Amino acid sequence: MSFDDHDERGLSRRRVLECMTWAGTGVLWTLSGGVPRSLGLIDAAQAAEQQASGLTFLQISDSHVGFDKPANPNAIGTLEEAVNRIKAMPKKPAFMIHTGDISHLSKAAEFDDADRIISQTRLDVHYVPGEHDFLDEDVKLYKERYGKGTRGAGWYSFDANGVHFIGLVNVVDLKAGGLGNLGAEQLAWLEQDLKGRSKSTPIVVFAHIPLWTVYPQWGWGTEDGGRALDVLKGFGSVTVLNGHIHQVMQKVEGNVTFHTARSTAFPQPAPGTAPSPGPMKVEDAKLRSLLGIASIDFKVGVERLAIIDTPLAG
Amino acid sequence: MTISVSLGRSIRLALTAAVLGIAPLHAETIKVTIDNFTFAPAEVTVKVGDTVTWTNHDDIPHTVVSAGKYRSKTLDTDDSFSFTFVSRGDYKYFCSLHPHMTGMVKVE
Repeated sequence: MSFDDHDERGLSRRRVLECMTWAGTGVLWTLSGGVPRSLGLIDAAQAAEQQASGLTFLQISDSHVGFDKPANPNAIGTLEEAVNRIKAMPKKPAFMIHTGDISHLSKAAEFDDADRIISQTRLDVHYVPGEHDFLDEDVKLYKERYGKGTRGAGWYSFDANGVHFIGLVNVVDLKAGGLGNLGAEQLAWLEQDLKGRSKSTPIVVFAHIPLWTVYPQWGWGTEDGGRALDVLKGFGSVTVLNGHIHQVMQKVEGNVTFHTARSTAFPQPAPGTAPSPGPMKVEDAKLRSLLGIASIDFKVGVERLAIIDTPLAG
Repeated sequence: MTISVSLGRSIRLALTAAVLGIAPLHAETIKVTIDNFTFAPAEVTVKVGDTVTWTNHDDIPHTVVSAGKYRSKTLDTDDSFSFTFVSRGDYKYFCSLHPHMTGMVKVE
């Protein structure tokens, strides 16, 4: 599917779902009877009802703590706003995933600030690294802080309420001219990890760079993402959650739903609409409408997905 | 006499430079900028002993990496990295964070 097709469909769905907009800052997921659905914060009553019987978790992404350029001189402040909204949720989610670029330059102080703020949610957080988290000279800070119990550069899996979660790393050992990269070792591990698992197990895969090709001209895709998807193909419900591109993108292919979350730090342009994918400076009044994230609502047997914009404000 | 001596010295120096790969006195510094996730100029041709300096003008960090040859630290906004080329060849390089960014230094 081309980007244009995708965008057009996304826009029309957003229009339809305008009334469902919620002023949240993460994707709120709930699993009811093994079927993941997303809920808006605005539907607090519904959320409470779902949570009584299922699993609810959040996704935030691209905090870029330490970023202070014109596109958002206060990335710490907007992360705090996101966290405050999570804290204000009527019912506590089971945990949160963070899809990378926690820090901007992998400085110890940036990771410290991120941890101080994110820990205020009092949620367990399952991280995967972004390329901005591996910039320290010895490439050790991320691993020291978030890599416990992980393999390779930080990949792992865990189970929650019958759902199998897989955190992948596609930001290391990138090849000149290429895209994101998983590598042979990680792919072999993935195959092993899924071996013998019932095909009816709902799978949630999360990684920083989109596993599908969003816009290769800007490096928005994963070179060997297709190989990971081949391994996942046989499963009845696969959800792929990514960050990196600081905007909402969504695609459905067979049983696989792809979704990218917004950043809490700064927006990036839509593919091809600017000379580069760099931070996009917008009017101050507009910034918070482009931060936060979007949520997806999906059900087995329903082809059409709901894309719900979830800005920090506006 | 004086002229021939100094000429002889220059030749010896030049020969030494060529043999040992030491930068000759006339070495130049060539600038490559990083703007909008692009190395510009994308290809430069330099002489043995010349230095190339890359400067990042983006609001996002980049690196300059030529596999097995040289690797910059992470370059934040307005940071620079320099490398002096002491042998001939084609040095392809890229940004290890944004690998679609590629460039080439041809050393003659």
